[in-house]
Amino acid sequence: MRTRTALEALTLRPLSFLRSWWPWRSLAYLLSSALLGVTVAATAVSISLLGFVPLMAVIGIAAAGMVVPLVAGFERWRMRLVDSVPVTRVNAGRWREISLTLVSVLALWWIDLVVVCFSVGGPVVLILSPVLQPVEAGWPLAAALTASAAGLLLLPVAAYIVTAWAGAREAMIRALLAPREAELADVLRSRARLVDAFEMERRRIERDLHDGAQQRLVALSMKLGLARLDLPPDGPVAEQVAQAHEEAKRALAELRELIRGVHPQILTDRGLAAAARDTAGRSPVPVDVDLALPRRLPEAVEITAYYVVSEALSNIAKHSQASRAQVHGRLVDDMLIMEIRDDGVGGADPAGGTGLTGLADRVSVVDGRMALSSPAGGPTTMRVEIPCV
Amino acid sequence: MRVAIAEDSVLLREGLAGLLERFGHTVVASVGDAPSLVAAVEEHRPDIVVVDVRMPPGFTDEGLRAALVLRVDHPDLAVLVLSQYVEQTYAAELLGSGRGAGIGYLLKERIGDVGEFVDALVRVAEGGTVVDPEVVRQLLSGRRDPLRRLTPRELEVLALIAEGRSNASIARALFVTDAAVAKHIASIFAKLDLPPAADGHRRVLAVLAFLQAEPR
Repeated sequence: MRTRTALEALTLRPLSFLRSWWPWRSLAYLLSSALLGVTVAATAVSISLLGFVPLMAVIGIAAAGMVVPLVAGFERWRMRLVDSVPVTRVNAGRWREISLTLVSVLALWWIDLVVVCFSVGGPVVLILSPVLQPVEAGWPLAAALTASAAGLLLLPVAAYIVTAWAGAREAMIRALLAPREAELADVLRSRARLVDAFEMERRRIERDLHDGAQQRLVALSMKLGLARLDLPPDGPVAEQVAQAHEEAKRALAELRELIRGVHPQILTDRGLAAAARDTAGRSPVPVDVDLALPRRLPEAVEITAYYVVSEALSNIAKHSQASRAQVHGRLVDDMLIMEIRDDGVGGADPAGGTGLTGLADRVSVVDGRMALSSPAGGPTTMRVEIPCV
Repeated sequence: MRVAIAEDSVLLREGLAGLLERFGHTVVASVGDAPSLVAAVEEHRPDIVVVDVRMPPGFTDEGLRAALVLRVDHPDLAVLVLSQYVEQTYAAELLGSGRGAGIGYLLKERIGDVGEFVDALVRVAEGGTVVDPEVVRQLLSGRRDPLRRLTPRELEVLALIAEGRSNASIARALFVTDAAVAKHIASIFAKLDLPPAADGHRRVLAVLAFLQAEPR
């Protein structure tokens, strides 16, 4: 999987991490604020040395209005150095920008400065010690060279420290700037409406196919069956009618599978447990279903959970080489907790285009969460939690 | 045989009535929704009802529910339920009523094989059990606990029993002798713990065990 943030980069193997751009990007991230910290400090110290403390306060308050959007914009803009995931563009709100500015100016920039000085400055001073230290009796060249070597060895450590702090700091800024749940709720609600609309449409299609094409095909098949009775069995016409009859039956079988895929009627009639059991019955891999639900769940939850089960089972059949699978589900404190396990080869990767990402999206629309554990060599467990209120 | 038909599609209702009359059966009532079916049964006392699962007003499973209600009020009434899709859940519900005798559950498209369809109808009217091969296939792929004791051959035989076939018909399908089939069936009964006393019903009970074995 592609590394997206400095924090994720820390989990790379050491050599690939040290060869990557992440330590350098992190250093650039920290240096840019460390320099700002120094500038602010120098300005503040010089003004106060000149004895204009009241003036400074006045200027400070007047400048705040200008500085706040600048600082927030700057922090937002340079986040891209250590995090390739864009921050959702919403109006973060004045108070959050002010608190971000205060935290940056009063603390973060200084801490950045200290981290860079110690983690990078330290090793650099050690490395340069043959040049910096005058060679005397008490400080022989050998010692200086040893210090230099130690400095070189410390550089990789510095890379880790710098990246870790840059990543953590960026996460803090993101938490301050990122939209809150209330702001996201509107987006989620509109996605939920969209999913509902899709679901209505699927039902309409299912009903139309059921009432229209399927009935007509059954009637056609019945007429062909009756025609076969009236024809002499060995004639050439009988042969052709028999073929037409077989075609009609095949079309019916295909249409039946298609309609079930569009919308499983049993889900509406009998709920999640029955629909999951019947889907499990169609799976080529034997599946034990243990869904004990005391009541019918909200419609949106049932549909989502059903898609999770049927998608998971079809993935198991296609990719896992499992000999057995289990679907387990309980309702705990109004939360549907469902686990789908198999004893297959594992290695399911959400990035591999197996529909897992789409499934996670569907689950998130109903406020649920989905987790997947699938080490190479198996077993694979998928866990889904959906609130049912 | 006196038949009542409940099916909301006019095209199919009339086709079905024509088909049954052609084979010499009497269609005493032909209705388009569940309440009319219940009324028609009270009025005409048919030997068997053929009912579509999905009917007005709700278009969900009114037909199936009506069939279950009718079975409670008229335990001897044979019921053949037709559906455009089959689910083992419905099959188990249906067969649970009246110990499964005189019950049929078939895909609607089986009407196309007119001869076999009318045969199945007659078997159900005579108190037999007929389950769609599609349901049987689903059940076999599940392989639940009590069935794990059966050999593959015995499972094959049980599947054919579930389809409502006689010993002779099973023997023909599997290319074995009647005696061999009888031996398999005896072994199935023993493995499913079906007592000899229940003899008349043992085939039905075996099918029920087959349908209702829930995964643990």
